[in-house]
Amino acid sequence: MTRILKGMLFATTVLAPAGMASAQTAQLTIESWRNDDLPIWQEKIIPAFEAKNPDIKVTFAPMAPTEYNSAVNAKLEAGTAGDLITCRPFDLSLAMFQKGQLASLNDLPGISNFSDVAKSAWTTDDGKTTFCVPMASVIHGFIYNKKAFEEAGVEVPKTEDEFFAVLEKFKKDGNYIPLAMGTKDQWEAATMGYYNIGPNYWKGEEGRKALIAGTEKLTDPQWVEPYATLAKWKPYLGDGFEAQTYPDSQNLFTLGRAAIYPAGSWEIAPFKAQADFEMGAFPPPVKKAGDTCYISDHNDIGLGLNAKGKNPEAAKKFLAWVASPEFAELYANALPGFFSLNSTPVKMTDDLAQEFVSWRENCKTTIRPSAAIVGRGQPNLDLEMWRVSANVINGTQTPEQAAEETQKGLDSWYKPAK
Amino acid sequence: MSDTDMTDTEIVAVKRPARWHILVFLAPAFLVYTAVMILPLIETLRLSLFNMIEGQLAFVGFNNFRVLFSDPRLSADFWNALGNNVIFFIIHMLVQNPVGIAIAAMLSVPNLRFAAFYRSAIFVPTLLSFVIVGFIWKLILSPIWGIAPGMMDWVGLKWAFAPWLGKPETALVTVSLISVWQYVGIPMMLIYAALLNIPDEVLEAAECDGITGWGQFWKIKLPLILPSIGIVSVLTFVGNFNAFDLIYTVQGALAGPNGSTDILGTLLYRTFFGFQNQMGDRSMGATIAAVMFLIILAGVSLYLFVIQRRMRRYQF
Repeated sequence: MTRILKGMLFATTVLAPAGMASAQTAQLTIESWRNDDLPIWQEKIIPAFEAKNPDIKVTFAPMAPTEYNSAVNAKLEAGTAGDLITCRPFDLSLAMFQKGQLASLNDLPGISNFSDVAKSAWTTDDGKTTFCVPMASVIHGFIYNKKAFEEAGVEVPKTEDEFFAVLEKFKKDGNYIPLAMGTKDQWEAATMGYYNIGPNYWKGEEGRKALIAGTEKLTDPQWVEPYATLAKWKPYLGDGFEAQTYPDSQNLFTLGRAAIYPAGSWEIAPFKAQADFEMGAFPPPVKKAGDTCYISDHNDIGLGLNAKGKNPEAAKKFLAWVASPEFAELYANALPGFFSLNSTPVKMTDDLAQEFVSWRENCKTTIRPSAAIVGRGQPNLDLEMWRVSANVINGTQTPEQAAEETQKGLDSWYKPAK
Repeated sequence: MSDTDMTDTEIVAVKRPARWHILVFLAPAFLVYTAVMILPLIETLRLSLFNMIEGQLAFVGFNNFRVLFSDPRLSADFWNALGNNVIFFIIHMLVQNPVGIAIAAMLSVPNLRFAAFYRSAIFVPTLLSFVIVGFIWKLILSPIWGIAPGMMDWVGLKWAFAPWLGKPETALVTVSLISVWQYVGIPMMLIYAALLNIPDEVLEAAECDGITGWGQFWKIKLPLILPSIGIVSVLTFVGNFNAFDLIYTVQGALAGPNGSTDILGTLLYRTFFGFQNQMGDRSMGATIAAVMFLIILAGVSLYLFVIQRRMRRYQF
């Protein structure tokens, strides 16, 4: 009891003045789902900003990715959210803006540093208002273990046949698990599987826009075939992949037990920190040599201004800094794999990140098909695709059934403009 | 009564001063319970009758319930969750409670050595956090790092190992059995206490009549502990239909694979709070919560008004 009393006395006498002292400087809180990046924000990004703006104190407050959307919505509605809101791309942030929770950033100094494509993920459908500063995009592909490839004497696959030949070789040798992926968490199957290899089939933006326009359906062959290819991955996954979680897959690969990891570029930094072998990357293999390649280059993170925040001036200062080339270079190098969307070219030192970004030169880029417009309703297309992709790999659903189910869900609410 | 007939006070019930202390002592529990249980419950039931119409919360009567049971997607999810929940409950009733009774019966055998140790050891998982239990079992059963495949290999059972948590056919049973493992201590303790309450005279009398061993358990002990078994069943019922935590820690909020471990609690969580790109829907969540409340209420009423009244009690 006395200890509690003492604690309370301590808190009210010693700590309170400290709190009052800091009240003179503006406090900013960033809501984010990137809990993996906490040290980088605390050690690199925030100090760089605070060094220039000593009167602003910034706190990075991340939470679990799957809970972020609902939690930040609840906070915004209750008025307890931080001044800066990390924006998911497309429909989710758009809904926040339409509810008046995010402020328009059209007059933010530095917003002109971004192209329309970069801003598209955080701009209203009429293209007039931008409400988040684009921070980064992520690219999908495959990361491979260079040592394993040398040992097996295989080349980086360019076509699908080569890809499966490589997998078959690893399976025969038996030294490495050919593909490190599990289906337990479901999202890997869609995000690293379907969204990764799919653009080669539905021809990237062409297919995605046709889906939105209603001229293509998810039951069309170009949308079903990627499921069929995914189903062919099954024999090359590790034993018991049905119960393998996302961290399991990451560890299998970084411990050097697997040869190929279907990846998103956000893995680069953590993999570099953990793996003690050389890694390379290749884009999703095309069907026939010479085909145009398509990659998923997904606008992933933006930063928006809480319309009801307490320190709008300080928050705007921070956002203007986030829009600057200085931040772009800092962020892209602190977090290799999150590629800057800034129009000013950014010099990256990480070779694996360079490899990923070099695909932009030859391949056509697109975003995840379920992210924009068709991702607005119930049932949520993204979650549906997670589930059926996992089912297809587990073999509990045929590709045709999977496609039919997602199309049925989409039909139940989405009426394309004719 | 007047002040004059003081002589009567010893015969007639004493008119005592208002017993304020009862209210005072009850107040904290009553207030806390009202604030954190009863009001939220009423608020939830109220919310289930409202929905957002053009951005405004408006009274819609039982429309939410109609949507829940008629919308093809929602109702499919709901019936799937309810079905899984029933299986979850049945597994508990078939495994947890009989095993609990069996352990209690063994523990109550006089002269059992290390009885206290077994009793505590079996009860300890109940005290563990579900997060720890879920995490430990996920690791044990992991096909990659787990010890289950290795240990099964030692005894030549490697062929029988499967990634149970990842297969739609086995995931629900596996999760149920993990839950049974965690909570088997509760029926054990309650039944054990009931068994200790049986007077020795009754058992000795039975022995004089030549009823011993199994016969004694079935004919004498079991009827005497039936009320406790009833209580245990009700506790299991309420616990199972409110369950959420273990499934959430082991299988995540999606309760995969393919919704095969989705029970009412996880469905409620996803609907109310949303998940990943699916937005939370407060009203529909409250509707599911209301249905859960009604199911539990119906089950408990059935027990209280139908079963418990017919149960015979013995006085010693």
